Amino acid sequence: MDGYFGSYALVAALLAIGVAIVAGAMMANRFLRPSRPTAEKLTTYECGVDPVGDGWAQSQVRYYVFTYLYVVFAVDAVFLFPWATVFDAPGYGLTTLVEMFVFLGFIALGIVYAWRKRVLTWT
Amino acid sequence: MLEVVLSFVVILIVFLVLPLIVGQTEHKVMAHMQSRLGPMYAGGFHGWAQLIADGVKFAQKEDVIPAAADRRIFMIAPGVALIPYLVVLIVIPLDRDLVAVDLDLGLFFVLAVMGIGVLGSIMAGWASANKYSVLGGMRSAAQLMSYELPLVLAASSVAMAAGTLSIPGIVEAWQWWWLPWQAIGGVVFFLAGLAELRRPPFDMPIAESEIIMGPMTEYTGMRFALFMLAEYAGIVVLSFLTTVLFLGGWQGPLLPGWAWTLAKVFLLSFVVIWLRVTYPRLREDQLQKLAWAVLVPLALVQLALTGVIKVLL
Repeated sequence: MDGYFGSYALVAALLAIGVAIVAGAMMANRFLRPSRPTAEKLTTYECGVDPVGDGWAQSQVRYYVFTYLYVVFAVDAVFLFPWATVFDAPGYGLTTLVEMFVFLGFIALGIVYAWRKRVLTWT
Repeated sequence: MLEVVLSFVVILIVFLVLPLIVGQTEHKVMAHMQSRLGPMYAGGFHGWAQLIADGVKFAQKEDVIPAAADRRIFMIAPGVALIPYLVVLIVIPLDRDLVAVDLDLGLFFVLAVMGIGVLGSIMAGWASANKYSVLGGMRSAAQLMSYELPLVLAASSVAMAAGTLSIPGIVEAWQWWWLPWQAIGGVVFFLAGLAELRRPPFDMPIAESEIIMGPMTEYTGMRFALFMLAEYAGIVVLSFLTTVLFLGGWQGPLLPGWAWTLAKVFLLSFVVIWLRVTYPRLREDQLQKLAWAVLVPLALVQLALTGVIKVLL
């Protein structure tokens, strides 16, 4: 079990064990539990009163702006990892450091923009 | 082969036993911090068997799936929430040479797999077809979005310092003076990780006084127990990650390496419990503001500090 594929085969094996643990727990539960469904029991829970309207109700979503922010920055951040392992290798040094500050500048600018657009203030 | 089987046994023990210990500790520590006794009956001695009793109870409870729910997604959501925390443990070293797999991409793998755990909560929220659950699921998603960035940036600061993404490699490269050097990153990483676990004070997605139990509102019995186990396994995994990335993992004088790792993990788990008792829940907009206006800039400062010191040395 060495090498690139060997180590990921172990990851897959552990994933299978995890699935088996969850399946085993649910199986044990199946043998031990009662099952007496009634119509009232299966209604959606809304503090004891009859549910009003559909469960997938409309509500105001303010989170999409954070999603945009996240997509922009996280995609950038992914490139940080390969860079991080070599940035002080011989022959890079100061140039890569300057590049890093350019990168940090971009992210900081994005956050300042979001701030000025009052994304972070709700009321 | 035998080595692999042994390391899997260690992983399973860590995964199934440590969350219970942390959970029981939380019962007792919280109780004493609030001038209560906590569980005292189950098992006789200071209620040590309380969580085992809870488990037996959960295993016998009826599995109610609401008629309106999206059945299949509803049923697999607890598994999606739990299993990633097991898979992450495969790259975490307990001691020098006591690690199941040393992936070259270890750190990257950990961050990627940890993110999947939150999907379980979003799936549960959406599939329950309950207004409170949908709200909770939305908040979980927003929280993942906002806190993933400081988490990733703080983790990459350690990768820069060590010059490798392999987790045993990072611990090997760790020196005591990394503690002050990476302190900002460590705090940012730990707080962002707590927020991803939706632990108090970042538990807006499950705020029980407001949206009942958020994504878990409709869950009962074993599936609910799996969500609870996922929460405590998450605390254990976060403590392990903070230990190996920022606190030097197995490194320390006198005691054997695994004892140092476990001691640091328990210390951090205690801090997690302590924060829960100490701070009130943050409001949703305060949560977002903390992530974008405080943690991300701090993580950027840490990146600059790491880069400058590393190149100048």
